Amino acid sequence: MDYSTYIALIPLLPLAGFVILGLFGQKHFARSAGILGTLILVVVTVLACYTAYNYFFISGKINGVYQPVTALQYTWLQFSPGLSIDMGILLDPASVMMLVVVTFVSLMVHVFSLGYMKGENRFAIYYAFLALFTFSMLGLVLSTNILQIYIFWELVGVSSFLLIGFYYDRPTAVAAAKKAFIVTRFADLGFLIGILILAFYSGTLDFGTLIQRLTDTNSTPWSQIAGTTFLGFPVLSWALTLVFIGGAGKSAMFPLHIWLPDAMEGPTPVSALIHAATMVVAGVYLVARLYPVYLIDLSVLQIITWIGAVSAFLAAIIACTQTDIKRVLAYSTISQIGYMLFVLGVPAFGTATNSGYSASLFHLFTHAFFKSLLFLGAGAVIHFIHTNEMSNMGGVRKFMPLTHITFLIACMAIAGIPPLAGFFSKEEILMTAWENNRFIYYIALITSGITAFYMFRLYFCIFWNKPPAHGHSSNEHGEGTVSMKLPLIFLAVAAIMVGFIPFSHYVSFNGQGEEIAIPISFSIAPVAMAIAGIMLAYILYYKENQRPQKLAAAWGGLYRAARQKFYFDELYLFVTKKIIFNGIAKPAAWIDKYIVDGCMNWLGLTTTRISEQIKALQSGSVQSYAIYFFGGIVALAGVFIYLLKA
Amino acid sequence: MSSIPLTHILFVSTALFFIGMYGLFTRRNLITMLMSIELILNSVNINFVAFNKYLYPDKLNGVFFSLFIITVAAAEAAVAIAIIINLYRNHRSIDVEETQEMKY
Repeated sequence: MDYSTYIALIPLLPLAGFVILGLFGQKHFARSAGILGTLILVVVTVLACYTAYNYFFISGKINGVYQPVTALQYTWLQFSPGLSIDMGILLDPASVMMLVVVTFVSLMVHVFSLGYMKGENRFAIYYAFLALFTFSMLGLVLSTNILQIYIFWELVGVSSFLLIGFYYDRPTAVAAAKKAFIVTRFADLGFLIGILILAFYSGTLDFGTLIQRLTDTNSTPWSQIAGTTFLGFPVLSWALTLVFIGGAGKSAMFPLHIWLPDAMEGPTPVSALIHAATMVVAGVYLVARLYPVYLIDLSVLQIITWIGAVSAFLAAIIACTQTDIKRVLAYSTISQIGYMLFVLGVPAFGTATNSGYSASLFHLFTHAFFKSLLFLGAGAVIHFIHTNEMSNMGGVRKFMPLTHITFLIACMAIAGIPPLAGFFSKEEILMTAWENNRFIYYIALITSGITAFYMFRLYFCIFWNKPPAHGHSSNEHGEGTVSMKLPLIFLAVAAIMVGFIPFSHYVSFNGQGEEIAIPISFSIAPVAMAIAGIMLAYILYYKENQRPQKLAAAWGGLYRAARQKFYFDELYLFVTKKIIFNGIAKPAAWIDKYIVDGCMNWLGLTTTRISEQIKALQSGSVQSYAIYFFGGIVALAGVFIYLLKA
Repeated sequence: MSSIPLTHILFVSTALFFIGMYGLFTRRNLITMLMSIELILNSVNINFVAFNKYLYPDKLNGVFFSLFIITVAAAEAAVAIAIIINLYRNHRSIDVEETQEMKY
């Protein structure tokens, strides 16, 4: 079946859902909004899976290579014969993979929210926002051109803003929403400039044409962009770095990561969908989309590698010290996205056969499942205990057996215990790093140990540690409704199974599929690291004891620094409040207030004063008007007779 | 007929015009003011007819113009009187000094 007959429905159905629920939801679907939104998502997920099946197994492969298919193309704004902004749908292995991830995780979150958000005042609005996000994210992954991706990039930013600030009566949520929006907006400025540079030199916005023109060393665009430098660096490096800044902002990479932990103020299912599985990996997807162009300029890829590796490492350390369970998960997300990014960049250091592309997207794929499972599990726990603080939890396993098991599976998956999903993708990443740059490999290896430690710290603190002494046994709503349990089961199954998919056969850089051979002996070190991390967490947190406090005291400064997130927020506050406010904003405000407004006020005031003076002329007496009129006529007559003699 | 020179007629019309102007400026009664305006209009009519007669005897433009002015003056008088009647109903007076609400 031809794609074009149904493919447009995939993004448009959620849009319809958003419009209907947004306009009429609160009045007419106050109760049924959840069911309606979920049904739409079921249809979309089925269509997406059908598309994936069709693409990967039936019609996608031509001559043994997966071809990019433009399933739909619609010219939106025509600038000149060669340049137009199009809206379209592009199917290639990466976008089809993302399609499945986004629709599946979104469906799980929709189902979970049926229970989690039940009785919420703005229930219908919540589902409208979820539909808006799903629409924007699908539009983003299916984009055919770089400006379309930018438009949807901003739309996911808006829906993320709306959902973070969903509890708008909490000042912290409002502040977090603003922070997320401003930080990512700031990064998107770089993205936009990068787009404009790339489009200026290549003369096109379309991904395929752009990549083709810029990678062909004989073409005019190539010679133009290669011959131009700005401030001593090639323009191409500038453009790619700027585009990456946009990606780093959205993906919460160091040093633009500060918004993601605060974004946890949003409802937990939203965190699972937007801030773990889909939107935050958009940066990775963007780099993967333009990967052929990035491969021209290895220096940018090296920057990406370092940023990814540093983010992975720092975020993992911070995650060890946080006590809010959602913040731990947020830092863990940053850390895992760091993995995805540095593996995209690391081939720039070496000449290995493995491009890192497939490993990165594989980790993106598996991470989406186990991380959204972790978030939904955390959501179930929060729903049960009504707090995010780790210290108030403990021994919950007795009341929430299903959540306990699925959370354990997800923790093992992220720690990289075979044979769960995270193991396979992490192995591929470590293998790529090993082949290209040993230093990065060791950072990644240590980080994976820390990952195992903080995930199991979280696990033990929630489910074991203290005896259950909160009187929750009498809690009336128990573990949660069926709608909250089902997604946990589905995602747990996915977290176990997806690792066995021969991912690199389907999604690879050249479209032919690569064989990534990992010898068994290679796996020993990462698995040993993971087990060591788990053992450490077991010793420290299995039973309540004094060891964690002693350890924290022994590590003193480092512990405090990590606890305070390495003072990044303070640094940003210093730069924005002290330097930008005093140096730029206040003078600008002064000029605006006293010079710009001053001119306007002076004009207005002068007009008022003059009119006060001359208003007596408007006496209301008809005869004096007639005299003025007559005087005017006489004057005019004088002018015409004596001065303007023809 | 052509023994009367043009200047005589212009003299009459100018006199008529300034009499009307004087009445318009000095009278307090709105009806009188309206009558003064009619005087002004008629002085213009005289001018038109006179110029037509003396300068372009084979044309009728001036005559037609004065016909138009008479028509318009009639309509204008009707409207003005309607306004004056309304004023009288509200103020019980048609003194122009009383009607100074439309100021500032």
